[in-house]
Amino acid sequence: MSPLLSQEVPLSWYLLLSAALFSLGVVGFLIKRNLITVFMSIELMLNGVNLSFVTFAHQWHAVKGQIFVFFVMMVAAAEAAVGLAIIIAVFRARATLAVDRIDRMKL
Amino acid sequence: MNGHLYLWLIPLLPFAGFLINGILGCGLPKWLITTIALLAPLAAFLVVLNAAATIYVYILPPCVPCGPPDWGSIHLPYTETCPLPWISAGLLHIDFSFVLDQLSLVMLLVVTGVGFLIHVYSVGYMGGDKGYARYFSYLNLFLFFMTVLVLAGNALVMFIGWEGVGLASYLLIGFWFQKKSAADAGKKAFIVNRIGDLGFLIGMFLLVANFGTLTFSEIGARLNANPAWQGGVLTIIALCLMLGAAGKSAQLPLYIWLPDAMEGPTPVSALIHAATMVTAGVYMVARTHVLFDHSAFALGVVATVGAATAIFAATIALVQNDIKRVLAYSTISQLGYMFLGCGVAAYSAAIFHLMTHAFFKALLFLAAGSVIHAIGGEQDLRKMGGLRKKLPVTFAVTTIGVLAIAGIWPFAGFFSKDAILYAAFLQGTNGKILWFVGLLTALLTAFYMFRLWYMTFMGESRGENVHPHESPWSMRGPLVILALLSVCGGWIGMERFGRFLAPSVGVLPTEAGSTRLEIILSIVAVLVAIEGWLIADKFYRRNPAKPAQYAAALTGTYNLLANKYFVDEFYGAVVVKPLLAVSKYVLEWVVDFGILGGAAWLLGGIATFTGAILQRWQSGNLRSYAAWLAAGAAAVLLFLLVPWATVLANLPAIHLGMAGH
Repeated sequence: MSPLLSQEVPLSWYLLLSAALFSLGVVGFLIKRNLITVFMSIELMLNGVNLSFVTFAHQWHAVKGQIFVFFVMMVAAAEAAVGLAIIIAVFRARATLAVDRIDRMKL
Repeated sequence: MNGHLYLWLIPLLPFAGFLINGILGCGLPKWLITTIALLAPLAAFLVVLNAAATIYVYILPPCVPCGPPDWGSIHLPYTETCPLPWISAGLLHIDFSFVLDQLSLVMLLVVTGVGFLIHVYSVGYMGGDKGYARYFSYLNLFLFFMTVLVLAGNALVMFIGWEGVGLASYLLIGFWFQKKSAADAGKKAFIVNRIGDLGFLIGMFLLVANFGTLTFSEIGARLNANPAWQGGVLTIIALCLMLGAAGKSAQLPLYIWLPDAMEGPTPVSALIHAATMVTAGVYMVARTHVLFDHSAFALGVVATVGAATAIFAATIALVQNDIKRVLAYSTISQLGYMFLGCGVAAYSAAIFHLMTHAFFKALLFLAAGSVIHAIGGEQDLRKMGGLRKKLPVTFAVTTIGVLAIAGIWPFAGFFSKDAILYAAFLQGTNGKILWFVGLLTALLTAFYMFRLWYMTFMGESRGENVHPHESPWSMRGPLVILALLSVCGGWIGMERFGRFLAPSVGVLPTEAGSTRLEIILSIVAVLVAIEGWLIADKFYRRNPAKPAQYAAALTGTYNLLANKYFVDEFYGAVVVKPLLAVSKYVLEWVVDFGILGGAAWLLGGIATFTGAILQRWQSGNLRSYAAWLAAGAAAVLLFLLVPWATVLANLPAIHLGMAGH
C-alpha cells in the first residue's frame, strides 16, 4: 500500500474532495444560466467521479479503475467537441445562451 | 410385410385430400379436383379392405390356412399408437392410439365404402356448383374425422373425431351459406350438438376421476374384473355418455337439428346425416358398452329413449311433404331402433342395423337426390308423381330401398330390424312393451315410406317440370351398388354377424329364445310391414281423396303432426327466448356495457387524469429536469446508504429518550 495514500493522506479526504467537486458541478449545473458555464459544470462532475475512480483504483491496486478514467476522459473530450458545436448552433439560432430562454423542449 | 395394417393411413389420406383441395382447390382444373377428391376415400377404403382381408385370412380362428403365419404381431384388437407421448399429466397418460377390432372394422368398411360411393355420386350431383372444390374438401375432411372417431382407442381421440365430424357437418349443412335458412340450420346443428358434447365431456371427466384412464380396453378390463361393481357412478357416466350420443345421433330430446340439416346438399344428407355421422352415437354406446352393461338403469334409459324416439319421429314422418324431411325423420326413427337395440344389450344387432341402415338410407337419400336433380330442385312430394317411367333406374333402386327400410324379407332391413325386435322381445315385460312400440314403428315406417314411393313415382305428374331426365352415370352407379347392398347386406345373417362382433361387444342376449319364436316374430313383423304398405296403397293409389278426408276429420292430430308436435316452438319459448333475453339484458347491457365497459372507461379516465397532472413536469426547462434528476439520484443514494434497519430499530429508543427529557 502506498505510503502517500494510506499514511499521510487518509482515503476519506480523497473521497470528500471528489464529492465536493461533484456537488459543485451539480450546483453549478442547476443554478448557472449561461450554457457554457453549465457545460463546464458537467466537466467538473465528470472529474469528481474520475478522482474517486483513481482513488479506489489505487486503494485496491486494481488497474481497471484507471483504465475507466481514460474512457471517461475520452468520452468527455468527444462530448466537449459535440457540445460546443451544439452551443454554437444554438447561439446562432437564438442569439442567446441563457438556458431559461431555450425552453422549446415541451409540449 | 412386417405385420402392419397402416391404420394411420386411413384418416391421413382424406386429410391430404382436404388440404390439397382446400388450399389449392380454387386454382386447380376440375378433373384434378375430382381425381384427388375421389382417390382419397378410395385409397382409404383400399387400406381398410387390406386390413379386413388380412384379418379374414390370418386372424379369424377357423381360417388359418397353413401353419402359424408371420403376422404374429397382429391380434384383434390391434393397436397402433403414435410413438410420441401425447398427453402426460401426473398419473394420467393418454396416447394418440388407433385400435382396430371387429367393431371398428365393420364401421370403417361402412364409412369408407359408403363414403366413397357418395363421393362418386357427388361428382355428378355437385358438378355445376361454384363451390365444387370447397365441397369436396369438406367431404374429405369429414371422412378424416369420422375415421379418427371410429379408430379411436380412447375416449379423447374419439372426442377429437366427434367434434371434427360436428364441424364438417356444420360446414356442409351451411354449404350454401348465402341462403339464410341453410346458415341457420348449420348453427342449430352445431349448438344443439354442443349440449350433447357437454354430456360426453362430463362423462370423460368422470372416467378419468374414477378409472384414471380413458382407454376403452383398460376401462373394460377393470370393469370385467369387478362384476359386482354396478350402478352408482357408472350410471352417471353412462347417462352422460348417452346424452352425448343423443346429441350426435339425434335422439329425444336433442333430435331437432337433424330435420333442419336437410338444408345441406343431398349427398351430404346421405353421407353425414343418414349413413355415418349420426350413427356415431350408436357406435360410441357400443364402444363403451361395458359401462352400460354395469348399469341396468342406464340401459333402460337407452332403450326407452330409443323406442320413444323411434315412434315419435315415425309419427311426424307420416305427414311431412318434403321428400328429404320424410327421410330425415325416418333416419331419426331408425336411429331410435339402434338405441333400442343397444338398450336391450343387443349391441351387435344395433351395429347390424347401423350397417344395413347405412346402405338403404344412403340409397334412399341418393335416390331422392336423383329425383330432386331430375325435376330441377323440387323437394315437395305434392309436386312430384308419375316419375316411374321417366326415371326407371331411380325408381327401381328406390323401390329396393323402400322395401329394405320397411323390413320386407329378404331385403337387408328385415334381418337387422328383426334382430333388434327379437332381442327386445326376450327382455321380460318391459321388453314386450319395447317390442310392441318397435312393431308399431315398423308399421308406420312401412306406411310413410310407401307413401313417399307412391307420391313420387306413381299416379300422374303434379309438377310444372314436364321434362325430367335421368341422372348421369356417376350418380346412377353408386345408386345401383347401394341397391345391391340393400338387397344382400342382410344375408350374412344376425347369427354369424353377432358371432363375428362378439369379441368386441359381447354376445347377443338371446339365450331365452328359440328358433321357432324368432320365426313367428319375423312373420309378424313382415305382416305388419305389408299391412303398412296396404294402407299406403289404399290411401295414395286406390283412394287418393282419403288422406285429405282423414286430415279434415282429425284436424287436431294432423296439425300436431304436421307441426312436428310444436317441439321447435316449445324449445324456442322455453330455451331460446329466455337465453336471448338473458344475453341481451344481462350479458350485453349489464356485463358488457356496465361492468366491462365501465372498467375500461374507469381505467382510461385514471390514465387521462394522471397524465394531465404529470404533464406539468415537462416544463421544457433544462434545469428543472436536471434538478429532478439530481433529486432522484439523491433519493436513491439516501435509500441505499442509510442503514434503515438500524434507524428503525432505534426509533422507539430515540422517542423514549426524547420523552424522558
